Amino acid sequence: MGDAAILANGALSQSTAPDSLTFRISPPAALVMDSGATLSPLTIAYQTYGALNAARSNALLVCHALSGDQHVANLHPVTGRAGWWETMVGPGLPFDTDRFFVICSNVLGGCMGTTGPASINPETGNPFGLDFPIVTVADMVRAQALLLDHLGIETLFCVAGGSMGGMQVLQWAASYPTRVFAALPIATSARHSSQNIAFHEVGRQAVMADPDWRGGRYLIEGARPSKGLAVARMAAHITYLSDSALHRRFGRNLQDRSARTFSFDADFQVESYLRHQGAIFVERFDPNSYLYMTRAMDYFDLAADYGGSLANAFKGSRTRFCVVSFTSDWLFPTSDSRALVRALNAGGASVSFVEIETDRGHDAFLLDVPELIETTRGFIDAAARARGIS
Amino acid sequence: MSLARTLASSRVDLLRVAELVAPGSRVLDVGCGDGELLRLLTEERNVDGRGIELSQQGVNDCVAKGLSVIQGDADADLADYPNDAFDYVILSQTLQATRRPRAVLEHMLRIGRRAIVSVPNFGHWQVRAQLALRGRMPVTQSLAYSWYDTPNIHFCTIADFVALAHEVGATIDKSVALDPNGRPLRPLWPKWAWNLFGEQAIFLLHRGR
Repeated sequence: MGDAAILANGALSQSTAPDSLTFRISPPAALVMDSGATLSPLTIAYQTYGALNAARSNALLVCHALSGDQHVANLHPVTGRAGWWETMVGPGLPFDTDRFFVICSNVLGGCMGTTGPASINPETGNPFGLDFPIVTVADMVRAQALLLDHLGIETLFCVAGGSMGGMQVLQWAASYPTRVFAALPIATSARHSSQNIAFHEVGRQAVMADPDWRGGRYLIEGARPSKGLAVARMAAHITYLSDSALHRRFGRNLQDRSARTFSFDADFQVESYLRHQGAIFVERFDPNSYLYMTRAMDYFDLAADYGGSLANAFKGSRTRFCVVSFTSDWLFPTSDSRALVRALNAGGASVSFVEIETDRGHDAFLLDVPELIETTRGFIDAAARARGIS
Repeated sequence: MSLARTLASSRVDLLRVAELVAPGSRVLDVGCGDGELLRLLTEERNVDGRGIELSQQGVNDCVAKGLSVIQGDADADLADYPNDAFDYVILSQTLQATRRPRAVLEHMLRIGRRAIVSVPNFGHWQVRAQLALRGRMPVTQSLAYSWYDTPNIHFCTIADFVALAHEVGATIDKSVALDPNGRPLRPLWPKWAWNLFGEQAIFLLHRGR
């Protein structure tokens, strides 16, 4: 437990003193949220790669997923692991940092430096905990827009992201149509499905059932609901994979033993793998932040904000879209992407759609899937030509 | 769908199709393959073009050209488009590979103010000769598949297509038959001669009489 505690403290220190650039919004400026709450002061932690050109036309915003953060293409300050999208972001890669100014900010409600439930509430001097207002995807995007204003970027060349990141991409295109030249939503949906809300509720209940959660006051009381968060992560992780991917990788293989132990040890490799995934996640993630992130996704229903018609959200949009789904993704199935494509078409938007064949499930958007890389490269290069970026 | 197209010996029909499209119009190319026709139309005719293509490689090629193309097929996805969404809906060398050619044609006429369809002619003399004299399913340069592996499951002749157009209540505004070198046959030839010597035909249609 000693190492985990130190690392947990490392994660906590990132929420208050991140190894990232930060932008601070102070009163009277404030962020007005969907819930009606007003947040100020507010810190946004972000990473950038490459350089902004003179015309300020080459900015590419990457939006991270539920468990991601702003460390897209550099070593992670807590885990020391590679950035989460190093297949996509870097010199010569589709999001070519020799050509584009790539920005990724930790989302509102996150725990890697942007203000969230682990941040200090200026009114009490203690961490917000559950006093932090409920965050929506639109709130995340509003915060990103404030950051871009600060950076002097009026129009983004492209907004890209997978899963919850893809939701932000769609929200960007709907909320700020004139600020988005190209949009690349991957393995996502314009609304979170009932099944996905159900999985999230299981995860939240696991966190809240941990006695160390302490009604969300664990930081104040010096506890940490690591077991609950680990269980939440284990359950969620299954949904990011596929039956065939799990079978191919683990089968029914036993873990470091030649026979069943007739106990509840992690006999099977797949059990050991999931326990490991749970354990490394709690090192770097704040349990309350997990509750807020999952809630933001659950509340996401873009059509509902536009009179029940998704097509209205994109009516007259000049943004060029490329929608990508994966055949084995059962969390954000291709049918979700097709519904999105239909709406974009009905709204008259310019849209391409590719369904990539892979058995790697929802997580495929993070992995080295050649078809994803090539599709992205083609879309980005063509959009860059249209935008006049050399 | 894309295979039927990429393996076709000659795509001069694309130029003929492009000639039928008015500049500056909105075009949906169904079964757009690697996007050559859409690119031609975008560059030469200044159209606002969209495509549907079944193969992932085809879609990737199109996306890389900056075209807006959706992975899908004519049978499943045309139903999603609203009425009169396009000035032209183009189906080039693909109708014979659809499961329900009649429904596909009807959707095209609904979605577009005009439809442009090119079909290989199963009434061409070489095809007839192979079946009549050799007693074998025809394999020609432009229809280069054996019966057991062809994607082309609904062949028709030029006369058959004209009859289908009539049945679905469409008017043929223009038609042209091409010889194996892609040259148009003389428009004054009798229709039976087109049906015998045309390797393929291109039709411009609209719904209603």
